[in-house]
Amino acid sequence: MTLPTKPIPQATPLSRSYWEAAAEGRLVIQHCAACGKARHYPRLLCDACYSDAVEWKPATGAGRVHSWTVAHHAFHPGFAGELPYTLVTVDLDAGVRALGQWKSVGTPFIGQLVQGRFIPRDDTADLIFESGQD
Amino acid sequence: MMSLRDKSCVTGVGETVYMRGSSKTAFELQIEASLKAIADAGLTPKDIDGIIPVGIVSGTADDFIENFGIPDMRFSAIIPHGGASPVMALQCAAAAVAAGVCNHVLITFGRNVSAASNKAGARIHQMPQFHFVTEFEYPIGAIAPAQLYAPMARRHMALYGTTVEQFGEVAVACRKHALLNDNALMKKPITLEDHRNSRMIADPFRLLDCSLESDGGAAIIVSASERAGDLRQPRVYISGVAAGHPDSPGSITQRPDMTSLGIAKAAPRAFQMAGVTHDDIDLTQIYDCFTYAVIRQLEDIGFCAKGEGGPFVENGRLQLGGALPTNTHGGLLSQAHVWGLNHIVELVRQLRGQGGRAQVENAEVGLVSGYGDMGDGALAILRRG
Repeated sequence: MTLPTKPIPQATPLSRSYWEAAAEGRLVIQHCAACGKARHYPRLLCDACYSDAVEWKPATGAGRVHSWTVAHHAFHPGFAGELPYTLVTVDLDAGVRALGQWKSVGTPFIGQLVQGRFIPRDDTADLIFESGQD
Repeated sequence: MMSLRDKSCVTGVGETVYMRGSSKTAFELQIEASLKAIADAGLTPKDIDGIIPVGIVSGTADDFIENFGIPDMRFSAIIPHGGASPVMALQCAAAAVAAGVCNHVLITFGRNVSAASNKAGARIHQMPQFHFVTEFEYPIGAIAPAQLYAPMARRHMALYGTTVEQFGEVAVACRKHALLNDNALMKKPITLEDHRNSRMIADPFRLLDCSLESDGGAAIIVSASERAGDLRQPRVYISGVAAGHPDSPGSITQRPDMTSLGIAKAAPRAFQMAGVTHDDIDLTQIYDCFTYAVIRQLEDIGFCAKGEGGPFVENGRLQLGGALPTNTHGGLLSQAHVWGLNHIVELVRQLRGQGGRAQVENAEVGLVSGYGDMGDGALAILRRG
């Protein structure tokens, strides 16, 4: 019997640059090439100036905890073996928020300094966060 | 500018038995509820000239035209906002009948979640409005609504001191009311202690913080007020109705304030249209996908200040006999989850004086909220004619 596999992201033309960078372990965030506004997740238009010109800028993955939850129930069988696991929502220094898996011991707290990075698995890479240095 | 105040009435309501493991399809359940609502109004299926099928998880407007043999359907719409859709459909139907586009709009929903391999975790990832979640959050383990909502609740607790006991107050009130309702799935009383001891699902949500997966159908009829007087039931007017959306509706993570959602924008508009204040509201039906969602909506609607929703629900305020009876049918938490169309059905029954053992004495004005797709909101204020 094979273990149930976890879902993998289905990249779109809008997000392909994000996932290509993730596969190389780099976090990049979409910015408007006209006015510079950062946006996440990737979208067609800048909601400030309506330009569709895009540039992808590297982000450090540093940020602060906005909120978190601990999953105690596997709503997908692929995660059953990982319970309990913590998901953390992070205000990135890049000016947008991201969701990732928490990989430090204990639960995070709101405002905590964290550092994000990608770890590879199968055909994709998972964004994870660890406790950072204040 | 024309207001929709009192231009339309809810003239018919219908529900199937709510259960788990129904042998009927979603469309069969929807048809059954629709026929009941049409009969309740004193209409025949051929009188329906507008249809809003909620969500399209069951029948389409064309399915109804064919099965009912509707000779002259003039209006249909689809409202793609999850559990906010039924109350948004009230707004849409009220606008359609007020403008004279049609006379009697059927708003209808049916679901069978037991039959399909269609569990909470898998379902949302088939819906286009959740494409951000599906691409960026699902693969790392944010799968079902409980996990997506939980960080909102956790932040509310951290910022405002909202407690597990306050979540429990909502669960206990809904369960208490469900025990008065023969058509409620949950039959066993619960205490705050039972709530606190229930199994953790997605911190801070325990099992008794989460709504019920259930099968069933519900339907209502919205008619132009000038046509409602000829019908069977006492008039229940749609006095105020409005919709609102959170900033960044498709991705919770990108919202400037996770603890305030679309209904905060809708509420002042609905109250202004109705010309009433919060003190005029005799009872509320608040969309309760999770206990926390009720606390936050009470704040967003303006019953209390931001952050005070927790203390507001204490001491049985939401229970029958309390100052603001809420979810007198048992809600999604203890009656059944039919996307909140059951909340509208219940409010209409209460305002007609047909609330049975859960009847709120002298209920004249009530409020129903819709809430869905992780933050879209809607609010309707109904009053007895």
